[in-house]
Amino acid sequence: MRQAYDAIVVGAGHNGLVNASYLAKAGKKTLLLEQNEVVGGAAITEELLPGFHFTTFSYAISLLRPDIVQDLNLVQHGLMILPMPRTFQPGYDGNYLLLGSDAEDNYHEIARHSLEDAEGYRELSFRIKQVCHALHPIMDSIPPNIQSQDPSEVAAVEALKTYLEGLPPEVSGMIKRFYECSAAEILDDYLQSDLLKAMIASSGIIGSHCSPLSKESGIVWLFHKLGEYDGQLGEWGFHKNGNGGFTQVVARAFQSFGGEIRTNAPVSRVLYGDTGTTGVELMDGEVIDANIVVSALDPRQTFRKMVEPSDLPADLIASIDAYQFRGTAAKVNFALSGLPKFPGLDDSEKIFDGFTNIGPSIRYLEEAFKDSQSGRFSRRPFIDCCIQSLIDPSMSPPGKHVMSCFVMYCPSQLSNSDWEAEKTPLGDTVQETLEEFFPGFSKLVIHREVVTPKDIQSRTGLSQGDIFAGQLFSSQLFTHRPAPGWNQYRTPIKGYYQCGSGTHPGGCVSGGPGKLAARQILGDCSTQSI
Amino acid sequence: MPKRTPFHDCIAPYNETEIWKRWSGYLVPPNLQYSIDTEYYAIRNSVSLLDTSPLFKYRFCGPDAVDILSSSMVRPIHQLAIGRAQYNIWCDDYGFVVQDGVLLRLAENEFFLTAGEAALRWFRQVARRCNLEAESVSDVSDQYGILALQGPHAFSVISQFDKDSALASLSYFGVAQIEIASRQVIVSRTGYTGDLGYEIWIPSIDAATVWRAIIEAGSGYNLTPIGTTALKMSRVEAGLLLMDVDFSSSRFMFGPSEKETPNELGFHWMLKNLDSDNREFIGRHAIEKEILSGSSRWTTIGLTVDPQSYVDRFQSAGLIPEKGNVYCESTHSLYRRSGQPWDYAGYATSFLYSSLLKQPIAIGKLPSDLATPGTQVDLEIEVARRPELVTATVSRMPFFNPSRKTQVFSKQEVKDASGV
Repeated sequence: MRQAYDAIVVGAGHNGLVNASYLAKAGKKTLLLEQNEVVGGAAITEELLPGFHFTTFSYAISLLRPDIVQDLNLVQHGLMILPMPRTFQPGYDGNYLLLGSDAEDNYHEIARHSLEDAEGYRELSFRIKQVCHALHPIMDSIPPNIQSQDPSEVAAVEALKTYLEGLPPEVSGMIKRFYECSAAEILDDYLQSDLLKAMIASSGIIGSHCSPLSKESGIVWLFHKLGEYDGQLGEWGFHKNGNGGFTQVVARAFQSFGGEIRTNAPVSRVLYGDTGTTGVELMDGEVIDANIVVSALDPRQTFRKMVEPSDLPADLIASIDAYQFRGTAAKVNFALSGLPKFPGLDDSEKIFDGFTNIGPSIRYLEEAFKDSQSGRFSRRPFIDCCIQSLIDPSMSPPGKHVMSCFVMYCPSQLSNSDWEAEKTPLGDTVQETLEEFFPGFSKLVIHREVVTPKDIQSRTGLSQGDIFAGQLFSSQLFTHRPAPGWNQYRTPIKGYYQCGSGTHPGGCVSGGPGKLAARQILGDCSTQSI
Repeated sequence: MPKRTPFHDCIAPYNETEIWKRWSGYLVPPNLQYSIDTEYYAIRNSVSLLDTSPLFKYRFCGPDAVDILSSSMVRPIHQLAIGRAQYNIWCDDYGFVVQDGVLLRLAENEFFLTAGEAALRWFRQVARRCNLEAESVSDVSDQYGILALQGPHAFSVISQFDKDSALASLSYFGVAQIEIASRQVIVSRTGYTGDLGYEIWIPSIDAATVWRAIIEAGSGYNLTPIGTTALKMSRVEAGLLLMDVDFSSSRFMFGPSEKETPNELGFHWMLKNLDSDNREFIGRHAIEKEILSGSSRWTTIGLTVDPQSYVDRFQSAGLIPEKGNVYCESTHSLYRRSGQPWDYAGYATSFLYSSLLKQPIAIGKLPSDLATPGTQVDLEIEVARRPELVTATVSRMPFFNPSRKTQVFSKQEVKDASGV
């Protein structure tokens, strides 16, 4: 007998998990289908070497919306986000910046480089916090549909305008700067030290096809500051046992609400007819019935693979085809026999209890980007490292460590080679770069795992290996994510919804898309429109 | 890593508590002795010595110095004579107070400024905005340490170094340059205690030498090194506001409710002659608009608590009244005596049981109709873990203002300098 559910969520990435949990909590009989052996999507932790637990892809957390924690009782299911208080930015010739969570301490650390910057940094940080505070309500609401003539949508667009116009001029002015300017331009207003500027500018390039000098870097930077750590806006943390630990927590929450998970269950297509969605068909031919199907996949998969594109409006398909997926990053994860050492700083534990940012100048980042524009990976890459086992000792054998390195730029399409051939050279380049800043690094390496953009695509399903399920450029955010008119989690097929990072608010482990899609679905259910 | 002031090693042997806290990233002792009262009474009875080096220190120098300061400061700079000091504030474009500080004028084009928070970029941005030379402002925080020598015998101690009688005739808010132990120092007759006292700018490399010389000169006068708590207690009696307690810098506050104008901080006296000078200082237009429209939301006033009312609340709860060492920087709500219960009117900060005045005092914020001296309001305190109301009367500040604070000495008077 065919199984029937109220709702099926396709893809158990963190947004699929969050979405499914909200639906199950609301009493829907919900099935979550995952193609891989474990849930988590790009937020998984794997024991690739006995005793060494790697955050294969996604590795840190900040944007997780606080109401999700409460709504889904995540604490009860083991949520534990650990602080990553410091950022270490090594420069050349023993130069470095080590910033932490204390404003006074940061003042004096930056003052070593520039007294004016010590003050400018506080001013800039404050301005960003004002902006984030102003934008949080927008992150937590379903964006209006700018193509709709529905009076409630027209009113919502007006209300949004009124809200933005009512912000203090210094806040609205700064929002405008983020939308219109590069990270480097904005940084020039506040800072002089190149080392400090480069440290901050790295937030403007993460996972994005842009350099700190590209116009798009402003909005990418802002996006990465929209999170918080226990009310400390813009701070990042690290979930116990990595982001895989986090998705396991949400999976337990989902099951506690009566939800069912099936892994190793790839979906071949969504089934629908004249009356709307009827279910899904798995790769092995099994059909499962449900009148609600939610795709937690990226927009290309949602609109081009799961359904027949010719059944959809041509302008939507045109928008989805124009929607930019760019693979820009790789992961190189190391098992280490000890902590790397930075010359002149003896206390390695202090350096590594947060993020280490390799990218000592704006020019370095710019050069790295230029390499990727010519279709190769950066010869001197930007690397965002963290040694998570220092914070969570259960991730490695005692005294040994796992080090996650997020590496840019690594274009998904290489011009004169392919990623199979470049895998080892990329690993070597990352290791050489780290050796340059941490002499003796290579001797510590027990094991190395290179995850190329191709691997990201093939293992998680993210098109082009784009970690955000579509670039976080202003043309692809908010009312335009993933397409104007289709930014409210619905699709043209009744009962078929989208909830992945390709929907508002976007990428990173925020859970926002999953939460807001559930709000839309449950709203539609209550008004009997499905 | 916390920083150490140039006097750190001099003070450490006196710190019997071995407790240090941070002030602007520098280690300072909240109190050195277990008895804070002893440190407090050194200020009011003999003479105290406090390291205030964590203050940010700026030097304004060169032909644009006056213009930069005039474009920023609320009180006019041209009224500050060479060899004089001035308490001043600066505002943002909306007329909200950014900071306060004490400005010393050493020469026509040379000023020193102390500030509670970093302000180098602020003043350099003002200079850039006005097409003035930004490099006229430099940070000399690390080049100088500052010692506050405060108390009735302060002159007795410092006059021992006064070979040229520069200090004997130094009036309140005067500035002089003298030598202590053959080291050149700058002395201003200023302080945060409201008592007779001096603040001494000492080149950091000479810090230990000058410290030792002052300690030695104070040996016959019960000179007592103190921590910051005793200072903060005494400044309430002096009616002096403390940033981050009685007000916040508008630069880093989210909403207008956390920002205050000069009028709201009780600084109307700084604005008296606004009509007669046409300086374009930052915030001037907003301030004028505020005065014209009467849009000030409150003003900052002194509050004296009726001692009997205070004692009664504790006694009726079966408790001994809390007096000694009651110094509280958190908020106490104030209520209008309108007949309606708990009719919120404002709040008080800096609540102190003044051991000297034998009554609780506080710094309050009240709307103008309640701000006239003599007006009574109810102040909320906690007694036996419950909220209780005591009677507080709006009072002029300072609460304590000894004549010795402004007394001018002649050389012969040195020995009598401790009188009230």
